[in-house]
Parts: sequence; C-alpha cells; structure tokens
Amino acid sequence: MIAEIGLAALWLAAALAVLQMISGAAALRSVDGSTHPLAIYARPAAIVQAVLAVLAFLMLLRAFAITDLSIKLVATNSHSMKPMIYKLTGTWGNHEGSMLLWVGVLALAGGLLAGLEKRLPEKTMGATLAVQGFIALGFYAFLLLSSNPFERLPVPAAEGIGLNPLLQDIGLAIHPPTLYAGYVGLSVAFSLAMGALLTREVNPNFARAMRPWVLGAWVLLTLGITAGSYWAYYELGWGGWWFWDPVENASLMPWLAATALMHSVSVLAARDALRTWTIMLGVLAFSMSMLGTFLVRSGVLTSVHAFAVDPERGAFILALLLIYIGGAFTIFALRASAVSEGKRFAAVSREGALVFNNVMLSAILAIVLLGTLYPLLAEAFDARVSVGPPYFNPASAIFAIPMFLVMAVGPLLRWKEDKPLRVQFEMLLIAAVLIATLAIVALAGDYPLLPVLGLGLAAALGVAAFLPLRGRKLSRVPTAVWGMVLAHFGVAVSLLGMASEGAFTEERLAAVAPGDTVEMGDWLITLESVAPVAGPNWTAIEARVAARLGEGEAVTLTPQARNFWSPAQATSESALLTRWNGQLYAVIGAQTPDGRWQLRVWWKPFVTFIWYGGLLIALGGVLAIIGRVQVDVKRRKAAELGEERRADLAALTPEPAE
Amino acid sequence: MKAKQQRMVLVVIAMVAIIGAGLMAAWALSNQANYFYLPEQMAEAPPEVGQAVRLGGMVQEGSLKTEADGVTVNFRVTGNGEAAIPVRYSGILPDLFVEGSGVVAEGSLQANGVFLATNLLAKHDENYVPKELEGMTQQQAAKVAADTTVGLQ
Repeated sequence: MIAEIGLAALWLAAALAVLQMISGAAALRSVDGSTHPLAIYARPAAIVQAVLAVLAFLMLLRAFAITDLSIKLVATNSHSMKPMIYKLTGTWGNHEGSMLLWVGVLALAGGLLAGLEKRLPEKTMGATLAVQGFIALGFYAFLLLSSNPFERLPVPAAEGIGLNPLLQDIGLAIHPPTLYAGYVGLSVAFSLAMGALLTREVNPNFARAMRPWVLGAWVLLTLGITAGSYWAYYELGWGGWWFWDPVENASLMPWLAATALMHSVSVLAARDALRTWTIMLGVLAFSMSMLGTFLVRSGVLTSVHAFAVDPERGAFILALLLIYIGGAFTIFALRASAVSEGKRFAAVSREGALVFNNVMLSAILAIVLLGTLYPLLAEAFDARVSVGPPYFNPASAIFAIPMFLVMAVGPLLRWKEDKPLRVQFEMLLIAAVLIATLAIVALAGDYPLLPVLGLGLAAALGVAAFLPLRGRKLSRVPTAVWGMVLAHFGVAVSLLGMASEGAFTEERLAAVAPGDTVEMGDWLITLESVAPVAGPNWTAIEARVAARLGEGEAVTLTPQARNFWSPAQATSESALLTRWNGQLYAVIGAQTPDGRWQLRVWWKPFVTFIWYGGLLIALGGVLAIIGRVQVDVKRRKAAELGEERRADLAALTPEPAE
Repeated sequence: MKAKQQRMVLVVIAMVAIIGAGLMAAWALSNQANYFYLPEQMAEAPPEVGQAVRLGGMVQEGSLKTEADGVTVNFRVTGNGEAAIPVRYSGILPDLFVEGSGVVAEGSLQANGVFLATNLLAKHDENYVPKELEGMTQQQAAKVAADTTVGLQ
C-alpha cells in the first residue's frame, strides 16, 4: 500500500501543479480592481501540492525504513542488514529517491511561498505561482514518466543489493538535503523574478519580498557545499578538500550566481538600482541549479554522484533545462527593455563596488562553467580531455583577487557617491596588513604563489571585515550589518584555511612495522598494532596509531581499510585528530611483502578553518535574514499603529455638518 | 550622465569582463588539450620537464616493483605500441591497482625520463574506470589520443 499511496499522491500533486499554472495565469488576466474567478485557486493548489509531494516522499522513506523489498528501488539500493540511519538516508542515495527529494523540496518551497508571501500585488503573485507550477510540473513528469521511485517488482527480491559504501556515512544525511533545499530555494527566486518581469513590478518592494528567499537558499547552499567538502575530505582518504570535480563545480556555480544575486537584490531593495541585472541573476542562478541537476543526475559524469546511466533520463532533463532556461531568457529578452532604469550612482560608491564584485563573480562563474563543460563537449566530438586544478586555480584566482580587494573596501563606501579620500585611513590600514603579511610569509620560506597571496588577502579581509563597525555604537548596529560583518569575516577565515593548507601541509609516508615510530614535523607517530575488526556490513583492517606532539600525551588514532560485502567494495576510513590549529590525518594502506604496513599521515595547519569559515558565512546569512524580518515586523507594527491612530482620529472628529 | 547611458556603460563593462573571462578560459583550455598523454605520445613528443600532465595506459605485466622503503613503487605504463614509460609513485596504491589494469597517473616528467606521479587514478570499485579510459581498448585509446592532442600533426 505504501508505494501506491505515494504514487497516487505524486499524480495528484502533478494535477494540482496544472491547476496552479492555469489559475496563476488567470490572475494575469484580472482587470484592475476585480479578481479573475479562476485566480483564487493558485495559492491553495500550491499548498495542497506541497502536502502531497511531502507525503509521497514520506511514503518512500517508510518503504526504505522497513526495507520493503517488493519495491524495485528498495531492492536495488538497500539491504536489510544496514544500520537504520543508512536505511533512511539511503532513500535519497539513489537516482529516483533523490529526484523525489528534489521535487518534494520544490513543492514545499512553492507551498511556503504561497502561504507566507502577502506583500506582493496579486497579479505578480499569480504570475509567480504559475511559473512555480510550470517548473514543478516538468519535474513531476520526469519522475512519473521516466524515474518512478515506487515501481514494484513482479516478484519481491529475497535481499537488497545494498548502498554504495562511500555513501554509508552521516554526511549523506546532511549534504544532499541542504544542497537540494538551496538549489530549489533558488527556484522561488526565479519564479519571483519571472513574475515581476511579466507584470512589470521590478521595484524595491519586489526586491524586499525576494530577498529572504535568496538569502535562505544561499545559506543552505553554503552549508551544503561546506558539508560536502568536509565529507569528501575525510571519506575519500586523499587528504584533499576540493577536487574541481564536475559535480563539485555543479554546486559551486549556483552558489556563485546566488552570491551575486543576493548582493544585487540588496542594492535593488535599498537603492532601487540594478533592476534588470537582478532579474538576470535570478534567472541565471536557477539555471545553474538545473544545470547542476542535469550534470549530476543525467549520468554524463562518472562519479559517486551518478547513480544510474540512462540516456533517456539525460535527454529528459536536458529538454526540461532547455525549455525553462530558454523560455526564461526569451521572456527576459522581450521584457528587459520595458523595465525602466533604476537610480543612478557614481563609480566610486557602495553600488559601484557591488557591481564590480557582481561582475567578478560572474566571470569566475564563466571560468568554472567553461572548464566543467569543455570535457563534455569534447567528448561529444569523441575527444577525451581532462581539465583540472592547473586550469581552475589560476584562472579563477585572476578574478577572485581583485574581487577580494574590492570586497575589503566596498562596505566602507557610502551609497550613491563617495570620495576615496574619505576612507583613506581604512584603505591604508588594509594595504599595510596585506603587505606586511605577504612580506612575513615570503621571508619565512619558499611557498607557492597562490597560497601566499591567499594568506595576505585572508589577513587583510579579516581586518577589513570589522572596519564597517568602526565609530559606530555596537549596541545600535542593525542585525543585518552584523550578518554582513560575520559573513565577510567567514570568507577571510575560510581563505586562511585554504591558503594555510596549501602552503604549510606536512606529509609523511612510510612503511612501518608495529612498534616503529616515524617523525613528521613536531609530531611523533607510532604504529602500535594492526588488527582485523568487523562492523554490521563490513570487515576491516584497523591500525592503532599513537600520535604525540613533542613531549605531550599520546593520542590514539584508528584508521581503517574497510571491505564492504554488499556491494563488494573497499574503502579507506581516515582517522582525524583535530586541534585548534589544525588537523592530523592518518590513512592505513596495504601490507608490504615483508610484513610492514603503509602509513600515510598529514599535518594540515588550520585546515578546519575552511569549514569554520563556511559555517560563519552561513551564520552571517542567517543573521541577515533575522535582521530583515525584524525590520519588516517593526515596519508592519508601525503601519498598523498608524492605521489605528488614524481611525481613532476619524472617530473623534465630528462629522462635518451638511 | 543620464541613467540610460549609465546602464549602457554598465552593460558594456559586464560584457567585456565576461567575454574576457570566456576568452581566457578558451585560451587556457586549449593549452589543457595536451594535458592528457598516452605512452606513445609521451615517448614521441614529451611534455616539458615539470609540467603537470596526466599519463594514461595499462600497467605493464611484470613491471611493478616496490622499493625497500615499502611505499615507493616503480612500474611501466604501456599503450598500443612499443613505448613504455617508467613511472615512479610514492603513496598508498588504489585498492584495485594491479599489473595489467588501466591507470591514469597525474604528475610530471622528470629530466631523467621517469614520470613522477603524484596521484594515481585507478578503479576503486568494480564499475569505476578513469573517465579517459572508459570503454576503450588500447587501439581506440591510441586513436582517440591522436585526435585530442594538439600540435602533433
């Protein structure tokens, strides 16, 4: 029954998406003052649709929880012996399940939009919901016609095949849902942008309605990428935290676009400038989300993320991609000229700095996009090339470095027009920190160029992040400004982690017999013993490694080489020792013919700052949302109070005599 | 400056920056085209010493030797022809790395003709094949390589 309820809920939700589309479109035809009779259904349709799509997802979750082996998806991706948490997370550890999660989050976002957003004119809201329904309909069709998660097997399987061991990790519980919620949150920004464009309502009021959605999606994307990076770092056992892998780029591209969008929507809300640019970024951000979904879900890439290779599905998503992006850019091209110009501003101004950084972010986006698509295009012509860090690192740094410099100064500038001389003290301070750090690092040793520049920029940005607070009374600084300070400081922290990892990582690789000690920097690493261990669905060789810093106390690390038996696969479980100033990373390898064990250890100074920085950035975003909501609530209260007073006054004033 | 003019200026600046990024990417990517080498190509037209490239082929039977330190391995990578490139790698070998299996080595060629690998990409499960070698026999690989590598004509 579970599967049938889920499937029925999905079909009903698809039908409601059609109603939402028609009703939303009808709202556009409303004549001023009166509402079209069909228009009243859009909001309820969106809300009920959200309930149904979430119900469908819960049904699949239940099927995985009880390992219902009569459902094909469960039989091919789960196993009765798996720990409960991985049974549940395994729901989205496969193609169909993860698409159902995508659609569920999409419907939920649409439902929340319909339920919560009351500020926009009804026409704009109708157009927005129509677009949202149109997007949802395409993905319902994709699920129901080509990747039905609830398909039954003619004969129930005796046992499931199991889940890819790399995915049997708590990371699967965090990374995909947050990233998807971020991807899909951008769909709301897209629908709002389309709605505003169709009804010619591109103004600060619209920007204020769009801002929390953009901020929310951006916060979730930031968290999803941070979690994914840390997961890959400890799970893959290579000691790297970013590989410029196409699927990683697929999540980075929407983040870059969303970062630009978030800043530009703030300019629109505060200053009524950058109208068309904001709309374009809204379209671009969701396009990148869908491109990411296409790259990851269509099977054009071979990776741990590509669950199934099925050309039909790839073609389906590609068709959806072309319809939505093509349609959006066509409407944009037709309507952009009708959006009147916003307010003017000088080159040296807060807006100017934001525009510059928007352009730099877009340039980095172009670099990453081309580098990601080039191997795929080449493959279409039967040529095989690989594009890796030698391309991505320098090419993106060329645009990232000026961006970071402007980011340090931008928040200090005034809106509309400013003189550089006014902030000369701050600029000199930032420059001094930058140059001093560069000089110290350059004198300390011979390190690669990019990490050295990264260290200098991190120090300068770390100081610059707090300069907007100078001369202000801290208790009176708005919450949103704290959010900006925190997020910008997070960028500095993250950059410090990346640069420090790149410049100062120490590595030791040796074959050691139990009892042997190797030295690495100030660390003494002793292999104490190697023994077999077993888990619920794996067996492993576990090493006990004692790590001692100088004269300090020894800490035991237990890296494992695991062998899973369903599906049969070997993984390397790294062991981590986290200190405030870095991380010790140990991996055990194979046994050499003479009975020694390969042991690889790294000391990565400040590597954890990469992810702490990511968390700070996300926290900054959360503060910004809180700040905006606070202001909004205050404004509404004040308006209500004003209304009441006016009503009281009207009641007190005697009616004029006739 | 009128608002309309300012918008034009902004559009032009944005276009210039993004087209610039695109051109730079295209230029850098065309240099990347010879990032991937087969053993024949590396023997015939070796990359510059120290340049980061990838070498893809098969691990020659009987060539895999582990040095006394227990972590450094030497082996030869062959392709379609006679050419065999000696590779030296220090590190933990991928789980399914054996003689006769396909491998993509990331690293650079040294002055003594040995390819010093910093990373080996091999199968890490039964189904995973390095992207560049997927579904290719050695003959096809050689043909593909001739198509992908610029400046060899």
